Amino acid sequence: MGSFPATRHSVVAAIASADQATRRVAFDALVSAYWRPVYKYVRIKWRADREDAADLTQEFFARAFEKGSLGRFDPARARFRTFLRVCLDGFVANERKAASRIKRGGAVSFVALDFVAAESELSESAGHFTAGVTAASPAEDDDALFRQEWVRALFADAVTALRESCEATGKQTQFAVFERYDLDDDAGARPTYSQLAGELGIPATQVTNYLAFTRRELRRILLERLRALCASDDEFRLEARELLGMEAP
Amino acid sequence: MSSLSDSAIRRLRDAADAPDLTGTKYEILGRIGQGGMGTVYRARDRELGREVALKVIRLPEASPDLATRMLREARTLAQLEHPGIVPVHDVGTSPDGRAFYAMKLVRGLPLDALPASSVAERLRIVERICEAVAFAHAHGVIHRDLKPQNVMVGPFGEVLVMDWGVAKLTSDAAATLGAPSVSSAARSGPDSPTTGHGVVLGTPGYMAPEQAAGDPTLVDARVDVYAVGAILRDLCGGGATPAGTSGGPSDVDIARPLRAIIAKAMTADPANRYQDVRSLAKDVAAFRAGDPVSAYRENVLERVQRVLSRYRTPLLLVLAYLVMRTALLLFFGR
Repeated sequence: MGSFPATRHSVVAAIASADQATRRVAFDALVSAYWRPVYKYVRIKWRADREDAADLTQEFFARAFEKGSLGRFDPARARFRTFLRVCLDGFVANERKAASRIKRGGAVSFVALDFVAAESELSESAGHFTAGVTAASPAEDDDALFRQEWVRALFADAVTALRESCEATGKQTQFAVFERYDLDDDAGARPTYSQLAGELGIPATQVTNYLAFTRRELRRILLERLRALCASDDEFRLEARELLGMEAP
Repeated sequence: MSSLSDSAIRRLRDAADAPDLTGTKYEILGRIGQGGMGTVYRARDRELGREVALKVIRLPEASPDLATRMLREARTLAQLEHPGIVPVHDVGTSPDGRAFYAMKLVRGLPLDALPASSVAERLRIVERICEAVAFAHAHGVIHRDLKPQNVMVGPFGEVLVMDWGVAKLTSDAAATLGAPSVSSAARSGPDSPTTGHGVVLGTPGYMAPEQAAGDPTLVDARVDVYAVGAILRDLCGGGATPAGTSGGPSDVDIARPLRAIIAKAMTADPANRYQDVRSLAKDVAAFRAGDPVSAYRENVLERVQRVLSRYRTPLLLVLAYLVMRTALLLFFGR
């Protein structure tokens, strides 16, 4: 999580920066946010095996950094997420056509990409997204699949950042309330405020306060990250509206 | 952290969007749905011990303009005390700066989700919609987004017109509510308290042509007549109409007078439409009672059929009496 810049500036804009250091920091943030959706997308859409998908993911980002291809994004034509997905499709298609391939992922290295963990996530959630998605899926399905994985990664990163922040500031109980009430995957087992208060040995009113705090923090982290990953205010508003529940008109 | 399931993401999304209500008397119980500018929650009013519906501005759009519009919607509703219009209990701003208002929690189903019912029952619903809308019109408020999803029918048959977020106020009503009228709009946009040229508010299929044209100066109470006509068409099983056209129903099973009522309500030229919802309601009530309707000129045969149908019971009684009388006369007259 440390690679994510504590700023509201767009990393999408920064990847086109003339300054090498700025570009590198922005690229790291971008890789951090997108490598998991890219890996899972290559595994599902392109039916790549684990090793091939990991190689393609690393090579895609390495090539994009070297050639500056993502810096050519035009916000007037599409969202950055769609642009990146289309670039990825083009890249994988070309790689598949190539008769002989050089060893991938050589020259440039980014933030550590834990493909083993990503593979484990893929197995855990296999039932969620493989239905109806085939190699011959239309572009909308591809976009939906990529978006779904991008949202999953965005939320997972935001929850991790929230936990780290709570631990660093001695707010473990606040996170525990959030974890039990909002994060527990068994919705049927969601406790009432008073049950939760009894469980954690705090007054029931504190449950309201702690939930308000953690939700506010989660929202702040999500919106901050989202802002950084969008090229313009318009794109940010559109993504934020979709992310928080409302479909764009 | 391990992968989040789709349901976990949905819950987190709701959590991230949930308003901070610490320090208020409300406690969120669940999410009901979303309107044009806000999310509606089921909440508990701890002071009064009752459940309410809480409409809160969505966070990415929590702008001063939208807060003004939300407050205006709440004030509009507060002025319209009518059994067919959902009452507002309270307005406020959450600690995280989001405007909200509390209203009656309506239990029931939207019109488009109602189970099948008789024509008479459906017509009665339309009459109730007309009553609520006529009341609003009398107070200078034009709904502008009437559609089946914005009408709730309660378990006891109560009909409530919802979602007044894009209502237009006449200058008198605007003065009462402290908001600028449409004609004095200084700026425009979907989030603005008023609407300017080129901004189309409403729903295709229920929007009158003059409303679809995006010129607010052409919009008057007759756009609601058109929309009620479209609702009536839906309830009678007629097909949908492309936005901005005259919308006569295509279903031949609909009785001719009823078809004529729908066609007149949905005429493209507002001058040829019912001039107010009361006139439309009057025709709907007349049709339901078996009386002639203003929208349809019936021929002699149809009039006879209607009268026979309308007065079937007394006519049958008279006929039975005459038959018996004749039989008795014949029997005793021999």
